[in-house]
Amino acid sequence: MSTFLGMPVHAPRGVGHLRGDEPFPAAARTALANPQLRSNLRHATTTIRGKSGRVIAELPDWQELRSAGSALKTYTMANMPRLLEQLEEKVTAAGGVVHWAADAEEANRIVTGLIQETGERRAIKIKSMATQEIGLNEALEEAGIEAVETDLAELIVQLGRDKPSHILVPAIHRNRAEIREIFLREMPGVDPALTDDPAELAGAARRYLRETFLSTKVAVSGANFGVAETGTLAVVESEGNGRMCLTLPETLITVMGIEKVVPAWQDLEVFLQLLPRASTGERMNPYTSMWTGVTPGDGPQNFHLVLLDNGRTAVLADEVGRAALHCIRCSACLNVCPVYERTGGHAYGSVYPGPIGAVLSPQLTGIADNASLPYASSLCGACFDACPVKIDIPSILVHLRNQAPHPRTEKAAMAAAAYTMDRPRLYQRAQRAAKLAELLGRKGRALPPPLNGWSASRDLPEVPDESFRDWWRGR
Amino acid sequence: MSSRELVLGRIRQALASPSAVPVIPRDYRRGPHPVDLDLLVERLVDYQAVVHRSSDIPGTVREIIGDGWVVVPPGLPVEWQPARARIDDGLSPAEIAAADGVLTAAAVAVAETGTIVLDASPDQGRRILSLLPDRHICVLRPEQVVASVPEAVARLDPGRPLTWISGPSATSDIELNRVEGVHGPRNLHVVLWEAA
Amino acid sequence: MRIALFASCLADTMFPAAAKATVLLLERLGHEVVFPPEQTCCGQMHVNTGYQDQALPLVRRYVRTFEPCDVVVAPSGSCVGSIRHQHAMVARQAGDEGLATAAEAVAERTFELSELLIDVLKVEDVGAYYPHRVTYHPTCHSLRVLRVGDRPQRLLRQVRGLDLVELPAAEQCCGFGGTFSVKNADTSTAMLADKMRHVIDTGAEVCTAGDASCLMHIGGGLSRSGAGVRTVHLAEILASTEASS
Repeated sequence: MSTFLGMPVHAPRGVGHLRGDEPFPAAARTALANPQLRSNLRHATTTIRGKSGRVIAELPDWQELRSAGSALKTYTMANMPRLLEQLEEKVTAAGGVVHWAADAEEANRIVTGLIQETGERRAIKIKSMATQEIGLNEALEEAGIEAVETDLAELIVQLGRDKPSHILVPAIHRNRAEIREIFLREMPGVDPALTDDPAELAGAARRYLRETFLSTKVAVSGANFGVAETGTLAVVESEGNGRMCLTLPETLITVMGIEKVVPAWQDLEVFLQLLPRASTGERMNPYTSMWTGVTPGDGPQNFHLVLLDNGRTAVLADEVGRAALHCIRCSACLNVCPVYERTGGHAYGSVYPGPIGAVLSPQLTGIADNASLPYASSLCGACFDACPVKIDIPSILVHLRNQAPHPRTEKAAMAAAAYTMDRPRLYQRAQRAAKLAELLGRKGRALPPPLNGWSASRDLPEVPDESFRDWWRGR
Repeated sequence: MSSRELVLGRIRQALASPSAVPVIPRDYRRGPHPVDLDLLVERLVDYQAVVHRSSDIPGTVREIIGDGWVVVPPGLPVEWQPARARIDDGLSPAEIAAADGVLTAAAVAVAETGTIVLDASPDQGRRILSLLPDRHICVLRPEQVVASVPEAVARLDPGRPLTWISGPSATSDIELNRVEGVHGPRNLHVVLWEAA
Repeated sequence: MRIALFASCLADTMFPAAAKATVLLLERLGHEVVFPPEQTCCGQMHVNTGYQDQALPLVRRYVRTFEPCDVVVAPSGSCVGSIRHQHAMVARQAGDEGLATAAEAVAERTFELSELLIDVLKVEDVGAYYPHRVTYHPTCHSLRVLRVGDRPQRLLRQVRGLDLVELPAAEQCCGFGGTFSVKNADTSTAMLADKMRHVIDTGAEVCTAGDASCLMHIGGGLSRSGAGVRTVHLAEILASTEASS
């Protein structure tokens, strides 16, 4: 039964951060009631939209690059087995060791084991969505290994015992004053005279982590790209914490989702133009590091690459939904999303928030575990326009809604509506009955549950005396 | 069954219903395009790098760091060596970090994005050299500058460790505004070398 | 030209003025309008809420009803969006390739009002008169699904007496999203609050759009707030003349 054993499976429960504690509408309500959060989010997303729009407008071939990026991703998905085998071969030939992890638990076990083999009790980390997804930090902690986040926003989240709320800027929900407070409270050795000037805050992080960078012998990273043709891995970053982690330690462990493989070296010419402009709104991010296996005398002499499935093959199995795997984690869709801008990332429950999270998380976990997420969108389409690899997120949302479990009352109402709509005479009688019902009963302009959420803040229109078709007939 | 076989088997199973695979459209700009050095300078400056044009590298280094000393890679051209330089012959991280600056060459630069790329050749040295000192002085030969990213990718050897640098260390993590100066060098000087 | 009207269930039932105005406008421009009575709903609500199987008969009904027509117009960007981008998908999902092909063909002949006027009828000045200060909300599906661009504004700019004022953050969703406004009522309300603030800030008397659904949403909020700004469908403005006002 090897075919049965090889069936794609969802990310397991009980490990990692792909599932929230409550459905989106309930979590969103909490977030919406926090004016500081909404103000921080509005400020940050407005800033990044402006920056990104300006640098994208500088490129005359942005649409051509998007088309190339989209096609490259489709090609990659279709050829994934061959590309991963090639990547494995090239990394191995260059002195790296490749591991395969079927799910979060296995990936955590592999990374923990590799660190234990070095005898170290501490690892420095580069911000990585994959390791957040699998809950690596918690797994390491259980094994008595300290994981030190070195990205500024991750550090803010870690020191504040908080959760990340954005793919690119996990602490986007914090403003400078809050960051200062967290640093003053939690950062050992911090200067008590620290102000909330962003440059000073960055300087505090520099001082705090410097010694850790120089003394830690193991680093864990994610990867933005893994080139099958050459075995080259790439990490795109800003602060230099990535360079520190990729250069100073003796051992480097990179956890990479299988979908991050890129066919050829040349293909980076597309993604290196798309990613920074869509992501941080820069022509190019301050630092991009690329390495192939091990370079004698330069950087870590032990390199491990962990290739992670954890539900990705289940996503790949859905012909429509698989495009969610094209994501290059730029977070442009979050920054333009009117829902994300108001609720923030925590409401989505998963480490993948925003529009891409609403299509990716339910597919990784199975729709039953994230049933409210495909509905966390007004289908306004801003995400599709912003996506540098042209993922049609609204269409995937609609596709997933069709698979989602539906509430019984809604199901009955939808069936009744469809039945009526398919019978013009019945439909016409219903139109007239609506007017009658209004005349007879409705006081004020409110709806009964479950529709009262609508009328809580908006008046319903009055049912007109005459429908259009009655008017037409009477002409 | 190993996890390798398991994952590859799942992928093959998942792809039982394949998507139509398009031909990759490569009609974006790939070059070669004429190089505009002024654009490079503009873009470097925009991201807070300091740009110098010089045929006297030791003199320029002295202007930048005064009486301080720089660490240099073993293959730096002799005529670029400043008076107060320490050649990396296996210096410890602490020794490198103690330098007032580092002086390197580069492999490629991209005008459109204001990017310099280091490939750890002997005139650039190990990656750690350009990472720990707070001031990085990078000398660029005009012929190393290309117009766009695709031209840079084409020139680079992926087998070498590559570091793409666009301005000094920065972060967008505080309210999504770019702030210079976190873990990498907080001062980036790019010297456009003009042959004397 | 003989033009078939797809009124949409919402305009037919709740906002007949928009559908009537579409008829009167097109007749004034010298065209014949027909209203096939077998029409009901495009099925968009069912598709977007996750009930594609139930949308299937509605898709079939739309296609059969309008198959004989050369040109179809609907005063609703989101219905035309659904017809163009979802009908064939629903048919294919159900394994009905014949219906999918027919749906694609009918969709090609179905136009949103501003598209019909500018692209098919080649008219920008429809001879309207509407002496009011108006702001235009480009609804998401008109903007990003149909890509009507500035067609509605081009039509509005030609309306005599009309003072068109720009809506700040116009491209942001009003928060309606069909059943989104019920399932995620709080988030929807937060989005609406910002939209209303922008509308009110323009100082316009009237907020217009090409979608009765979004106007119902914005209008419901404005009515509750007592701001005194009315919502009026684009078709009604374009149908207005000196005689009617």
